[in-house]
This record gives sequence, C-alpha cells and structure tokens, in this order.
Amino acid sequence: MDNNQLLAVDATILFAGDSGDGIQLTGSQFTTTTALYGNDVSTFPNFPAEIRAPQGTLAGVSGFQLKFGSEEIYTPGDQSDYLVVMNAAALKANLKQLKAGGTIIANSEGFDPKNLRLAKYPEGINPLEDGSLDGYKLFKIDVTKLTKATLEGSGLGTKEIDRTKNMFVLGFIYWIFNRPLDTTIKFIEQQFAKRPEIVEANIKTLKAGFHYGDTTETLMQRVQVRPAQIAPGVYRNINGNPATAIGLVAAAEKAGLKLYLGSYPITPASDILHELSKYKNFGVQTFQAEDEIAAICSAIGASFGGSLAVTTSSGPGIALKTEAIGLAIMLELPLVIINVQRGGPSTGLPTKTEQADLLQAVYGRNGEAPLPVIAAQTPSDCFAAVYEACRIAVEHSTPVFFLSDGYLANGAEPWRFPSSSDLPAITPNFAKPLPEGEKFLPYLRDEKLARKWAIPGIKGLEHRIGGLEKEHETGNISYDPDNHEFMVKLRAEKIQKIADTIPLQTIDNGPSKGKLLVVGWGSTYGSIKTAVKMALAEGYEVAHAHIRYLQPFPKNLGEVLKNYEQILVPEMNNGQLVRMLRDQFLAPAEGFNKIKGMPFSSEELFQKIKLMSQL
Amino acid sequence: MSIAIEEKEPVAFTSKDLVTDQDIRWCPGCGDYSILKQVQTVLPEMGLKKEEIVFISGIGCSSRFPYYMETYGMHSIHGRATAVASGLKATRPELSVWVITGDGDSMSIGGNHFIHMLRRNFNLNVLLFNNEIYGLTKGQYSPTSELGKVTKSTPMGSIDHPFNPLALVLGAEGTFVSRTMDRDPIHMRTILKRANEHQGTSLVEIYQNCNVFNDGAFEIFTEKSSKAQQTLMVENGQPLIFGATKEKGIVLDGFHPRVVNLENVSTNDLWIHDERDRVKAGILTRFFDDGSSVEHYPRPFGVFYVEDRFTYETAFQAQIQHAIETKGKGNLDALLKGNSTWEVKA
Ligand SMILES: Cc1ncc(C[n+]2csc(CCOP(=O)(O)OP(=O)(O)O)c2C)c(N)n1
Ligand code: SF4
Ligand SMILES: [Mg+2]
Repeated sequence: MDNNQLLAVDATILFAGDSGDGIQLTGSQFTTTTALYGNDVSTFPNFPAEIRAPQGTLAGVSGFQLKFGSEEIYTPGDQSDYLVVMNAAALKANLKQLKAGGTIIANSEGFDPKNLRLAKYPEGINPLEDGSLDGYKLFKIDVTKLTKATLEGSGLGTKEIDRTKNMFVLGFIYWIFNRPLDTTIKFIEQQFAKRPEIVEANIKTLKAGFHYGDTTETLMQRVQVRPAQIAPGVYRNINGNPATAIGLVAAAEKAGLKLYLGSYPITPASDILHELSKYKNFGVQTFQAEDEIAAICSAIGASFGGSLAVTTSSGPGIALKTEAIGLAIMLELPLVIINVQRGGPSTGLPTKTEQADLLQAVYGRNGEAPLPVIAAQTPSDCFAAVYEACRIAVEHSTPVFFLSDGYLANGAEPWRFPSSSDLPAITPNFAKPLPEGEKFLPYLRDEKLARKWAIPGIKGLEHRIGGLEKEHETGNISYDPDNHEFMVKLRAEKIQKIADTIPLQTIDNGPSKGKLLVVGWGSTYGSIKTAVKMALAEGYEVAHAHIRYLQPFPKNLGEVLKNYEQILVPEMNNGQLVRMLRDQFLAPAEGFNKIKGMPFSSEELFQKIKLMSQL
Repeated sequence: MSIAIEEKEPVAFTSKDLVTDQDIRWCPGCGDYSILKQVQTVLPEMGLKKEEIVFISGIGCSSRFPYYMETYGMHSIHGRATAVASGLKATRPELSVWVITGDGDSMSIGGNHFIHMLRRNFNLNVLLFNNEIYGLTKGQYSPTSELGKVTKSTPMGSIDHPFNPLALVLGAEGTFVSRTMDRDPIHMRTILKRANEHQGTSLVEIYQNCNVFNDGAFEIFTEKSSKAQQTLMVENGQPLIFGATKEKGIVLDGFHPRVVNLENVSTNDLWIHDERDRVKAGILTRFFDDGSSVEHYPRPFGVFYVEDRFTYETAFQAQIQHAIETKGKGNLDALLKGNSTWEVKA
C-alpha cells in the first residue's frame, strides 16, 4: 500500500453507460468486493425503461450508484464523488449527479462525433475538450483502445473484445481504492465457465485496468476507505426483492405451511416471482397466472386449501386485484399482498420509485374493508417486514398488505442475516376436528377476533364461505341490517386489535421530546436517518421516527407525536401518510414531498430540517 | 399440507347428507333446482370422501349453488371461480373440486380465466349453467344470447354475435367437452359421472331454463313435441341417429355433415361418433344455428370430445418433487446465508 493514499470516510461512485456496457455488473462487482473488504455499502441501480433503447442515446443510459464507507451507510449517496461514464450520453444524463469538484472518469472513445450526436451535444462540441468540465477532475481514458491492445492476439472478435471494456474500468476503480481482484476473478470464472477464452480475456482486461493505474503517470489520487465499525457478525449482500422472497420462504417454513405465490409479471415486482420460482426444493409453489386477478384469486384458492398464499405486483396490477382483496377480507383467510410500488398513476414510471400507493393500500376498496399494512424500510428489512406480514396474516386470519418500492427492490446493502432458529414462531390458526355431532361455526372468533382456518379434507368441518355479508359466528348469508353494522365494526376491531401484538413506536434517533420530529415510512428511511444525523451533529433539536406498521398504527403513536412541537413528514408522493396522521391524531403534521421517481437526497432533507428548525 | 388427514375408506354418504340447512333462493321452476338435485344424487355414487369435495362458484343465480351443498364451498366473485379453483387444485390435487359458473360468469367477465383453466387442464369438474341470460341482475343479454335478443339492455335487439360455448372450449384446448340439459335428469347424471371420471378439466355445458327472464330458451330441445327432432344424443361408437322413430341420421360428406333419412341410407354409412376425434368434435360443435351454416342440424348432447393430457396440478407438484429429489430438500439456513458472506469480527 503506498503512503500517498488519501484517507476518506466514504465515497460515492456512479457508474453510467449504455445499457449494453455491463454497468449493472460492474457496479455489483464493486459492491461485493468492497463489502467483503468490510465496508458498509448501499447501492442503487437506475436502468432505462426500455429493454434495448438505441445505443448511445440518453434513453439508453444505465446507471449504478453506490456509496461505501468506514462508517454506517444508510443511502446510496446523494451526489457522487466519482462519475464513471462510458459515453457522451452517460455524461450528459448524470453530470448533475456529480458533486462540484468531483472526479469524472470518461471513456474518451465514447465521445466520438457519432456518440456526441446521439447524446444531442451541439455540432462540434465535445465536453471533454471544451473546458466545460473545468470545475471537475477529468480523467480521459481511451478504454476501447486499451482493451483492444490488451487482448491483441487473443483471437477474439472486435465485439467480444469490446464487451470486456467494463472490466478495464472496474480494474481501474479497484486500483483507486486498492481493492483485491479475487472476488471478481472468481465471479468471471463461474459466469463464463463454458468459455475459457472469455474468462481469460475478462481477467486479463480487469488486471490491465488495475495495472493501468500503477504504470501510467496518472494524476489520479488513490483513496483509502477503511473497513467500517459495524456490528460484529456474518454478513451477506442483499437486494430488496430477494430479501422479500427469502422472507416468504422463511415464514412458510417456520409456520409449517407450504408457500404459494400467484403472480403476473410486472416491473419492479417480477424478481420476487423469479426468485421464488428457484426455490421449488423448499416446496415453494409458484404460479404465473394469466393476469393479476387470476393471480390473487388463485392465491385465495390456495389459502382456502391451507397454503401460505401470497400475491405480488405493482400499482396497475394491485388496482386489478382490488375486488379480490375485498373478498379475502370477507373470507378472513390469510393472504399476503405485496406491492412493490412504482411511479403512478396508470402505467406511470415503471422503473422509477414512488410511495404513492399508501392510501390505496389503506383505503382503496369498496365498502368498509380494513386490513393491516406493513412497509419495509431498507432492502434487507424487506425480509423482516414481509416475515411479519406473514405472521399477522396467518395468526390473525386476514389479508395483509406489504409495501415495498422500486428503490428497495433494486437497492442493496449488507445484511447480518438471522439464523432460522432466531426467527419468531408463526402459529397457524387451524380449526381442529370437532366431536361427532357438533356443528362447526366458521365465523366463531378467538380472543384476537380471528376466525379459524378450516381447510378442506377434515371431516365435520365442511362449510361455505363467500363474499356476501356473513351472519356472526354461523357465517350464513345475512342481509340483516343490525348484523351488517355489527360485522363491519367487528372486522374493523379485529384489525385494530392487531395493535396489541405489534411493537410500540420508537424514536430511531434524537431526543424523545422537543422541537421537531421527522416521521417517515418505507424506503425514505436511509435518507431521513442520514439527514437527521447531520442535523443532530450540527446541534439541531430534531428526532426521527419511522413507521413500519401503517395500519393499525402502533398504540402509542399519538402520544409520540404529541411530544414534539413540529412534525415533518417527508414522502415520495403528494402527501399521504401526512393525511393519515392529521386525520387520526389531529397532529400538526406538515408534508415534504418529492414526486420525481427518485429518492430524497439527505442534503435536501437536511436543508428542510434546518429551515423548519429556524421557524 | 401440515395437518395429517387419516387415510380411511370413503365413508358412505347419501344425497340427504349433501343438503344444507339454508333456504334455497332460486325462483320456483328455475332449472337450477334440477341441476342441484342431480348433483346431490350422483355425488354419493362417485366413491369420494365428502370432506374432500369442494364447490367453488362465481356470482350469478347459478353461483349460489355451494350454499346448498353440505360440502366445503366458496362463493367467490364474479367470473373468478375458475381462478380460485385453479389455485386450490394446484395446491391440493387430492381434492375433488367442482366449479359452478353461469354463461356470463364464465364467458363474459371470467372469459380470460375460463380459457386459461381449460388449456392448463386442471382436473376440475366445471358445470356451466347456460341460460343465455344474466339471471341475477334481472335479465340483460349474455354472451350466449342469440342475435337480436330483446332484453332490458337491448330494447332494439342484441347486435352481439353470440359465443358457441363448446366451440370456445374446444378452441381453448379443453380435454372434456360435453353438453346436457336441466330437463333430462338421467342424461345429466350420466354426463356428470363421465365428467368426474375424466382426468382433466371436464366441461359440462348445461342448458338451464331461466323461467323468469328467458323462459323457453331451450324449449325445442326439452319439450316432448320437438325434442326428438331437434336433439341428437351422441354416444361413443354409435351412429348419429335422431328423430321420433330414429328415422334420421347424419353422414359426413368429406367435412360436410348432412342430415339423411334412414329409408335411403344404411346405418353403416352414418357418422359413427368417436369421442377421441378432435376434428369431428369440432364439426359437432358447429351443429349450432348461429347463422354460420344454411343447413339446420339437431343440437347434439353428450360427450363431444375426450383427450388424455397431463393435468396441471400433477406437473406442478411433480416439478417440486423433482427439485427436492435432485437438489435435496431446501435448507433455510443455507438460503438465508446465500452464496457469499463475510465476517465482521468484534
Ligand atoms: C364485478 C361485478 N360486476 C357485476 C356484477 C353483477 N352481476 C352479478 S351476476 C351477473 C351476471 C350473471 O349472469 P350469469 O353468469 O349468466 O349467471 P346467472 O345469474 O344467469 O346464473 C352480474 C352482471 C357483480 N356481482 N360483480
Ligand atoms: S332469475 Fe332465472 S336463473 Fe335466476 S333463479 Fe330465477 S329463474 Fe333461475
Ligand atoms: Mg346466465
């Protein structure tokens, strides 16, 4: 290790290029390597909506941002310190994401006249040459040429050689931060096991990129980001969607149930279907239905049959499931409905993130139809949150909404995964066979007001359920006015009673009383956490509470809100939780909203906190 | 399954055991009564355990059916019974699952699930109550109502070309295609038994009279005076013969069916019904006066077509079994751990 390395607490890198440039792979390789090295890390990919947008165009730019550090990292970073661009379009699309004075590493070959034209730079203008980037540290590397030279005589065609150029860049970034190459080398060997010549070429290019730093007289400053002081234990890296999938498998196993997923593909939820489809050897049953309605209805059928039934989708698909969710509420069967939210309304912004389906989850049905709603806060938290959703569904005999979003689904972070024995028990509420002659009452309730789960196959428990209003206890059809009012209130009370079994609301950070409380839910956790930390460090009197249980709310939430003079509710929507807080607690909550398909930056939240604190 | 269910000989049950304590809400004279009666009559003869029988319905007059069957049952939502049943059957293949649906329920709002259930071939028995009308919503035209049908929503007559349900079923890769009617209990019971024996989606279209909103829709097939001339009871291996004195038959002239008088044609030359012949089944479904043919044919009843094809739930569970056998039963801790981990030391 040479001693002219700069010591940094953290660094944020944004890799950007054409969707064919292997940007996602480059980013995730760096993530794995640096996590294994011991950094805390948080990542966020940003890919184009089109699968194969025209090469070199702005629409085709794919990005991957990651922040790693020797301290705890809660977000993939606001603006980046390093912007790695493979072509002109990547620079144009991402320059605003780079900090003033930040470093640009540009593949100069991606700035030829053709690429400049595709990126819509005016005729004759090349940003690498015209001084417009003077406020940054610019490193031009002709990656294409260097890669070609590295692989000269390898026998590979131009196209194949060109495909390895991301490895050159990765190697160079490894050099900057002095990270070992072995993890990526192992990955390459596995990935292309069937094509040794490709393995060799990629490794060679990777090493060439690394040595490029050493051998050339580059003025690039090497940087040292030491391992983080994070809680001891064994870690892995995980994205939100796989964490959700694993959480479901774990819950089913702990409950002694078979998992069933009924789903219809939709961005950004499809990966849960893909992931679970790989776990058939866990007895996982996945069904790709003909549409979202069939997906949820098949899940209702599976739940009636005794499986832990789940349906996954995103906004438009959730809208289609609405009627069936109402049915599940009437049937009082366990069911987990997963909404990986994306920008709406309608088809909206499929690949962008948003939190605009909260009110849909809480209220969006015909009739008085309450159900529990739980939201995950970080990619790895998807595991614990969906596990909890399953527990509530199974133990309280109810459909449960689980909210994730595009940012959590695709974002990644290190996860100190639990061991199966540490997971809380889940106890299905099965009906037992009755003594001969005794009549089964399908809508008889226990102390939680949950009815029993009586699955077909058990003699003596034959019964009928359906969407028509039920008579209390017998479950027979009833149009009696008093019974209807009673049942509506009973179903609401049953959901409200879940608050008895969930943890009280805690303050994540900051004083338990004071001037300002920032209240968030879902994926804004990391940004708020970071912003509040910054504000506390500067002496502001501010605290952070993050709500996981959105229906019912924790019992003490109203009390917690009363402890602060001001309440700020940042949301990636036009103000939804804020309405619920005002409605239920008459709290003086003020919204702070961002509806750009992008997460909050900690900086903008910090500025808002400062502003509020001065009032 | 996590609840152990004892393997026992099926305990005999009777039709009476299938009657619930609920008042039946169908209009007096509705064809649905006959269907309920026939189902309650034949079910005990099928060697099933009562507790393993499940009736799943959508919404409509017909879909009230499960409330009147003392078995497991679900009255789901409009058009979705097929989807609910698919999920139940996929996960609980050992159950005997029956779908109750109407012409609107199955082919209008539920058209999508209907065709996908058929192509996937779940081992379900589907009873399609076709009354060519929306009964429950008080008499609007349905996807099977005839062209020109005057109803509350079509005062000037329907301009919708109707579905030919069995042609649809065949087109959707159905593996058991059959038709019966409410007024012929013996025929219906035979078909129900055949449907239950078939491994795959057994589709039974039942002509059902809605005496309130579409009375007499099937009269020419059910009334004594016209039944013999207007219906063709098909039986596997038998020539296609009809008429009051069995005086008429059908011959196939290439792909073209012709009605012949048996005075002139020997029964040996008649079309012999072959349930396994898909092409001929297709022609049979076209005996359907919908204007597509100038000739008039009697309406066929019976089993049009049977095909042996693997059922969805068998393949569905077999893949899981195969995965367990080849990869070993999944280990949750290994799954939690993933492929690469690192340790942070205290
Ligand atoms: C989503 C939805 N849309 C509309 C209705 C109203 N509806 C109930 S039954 C029905 C039609 C029933 O016709 P069919 O399926 O032929 O059954 P039948 O009553 O004739 O037996 C309609 C339109 C409903 N219950 N749900
Ligand atoms: S409306 Fe028609 S189908 Fe419905 S119960 Fe009455 S007669 Fe039967
Ligand atoms: Mg009808």
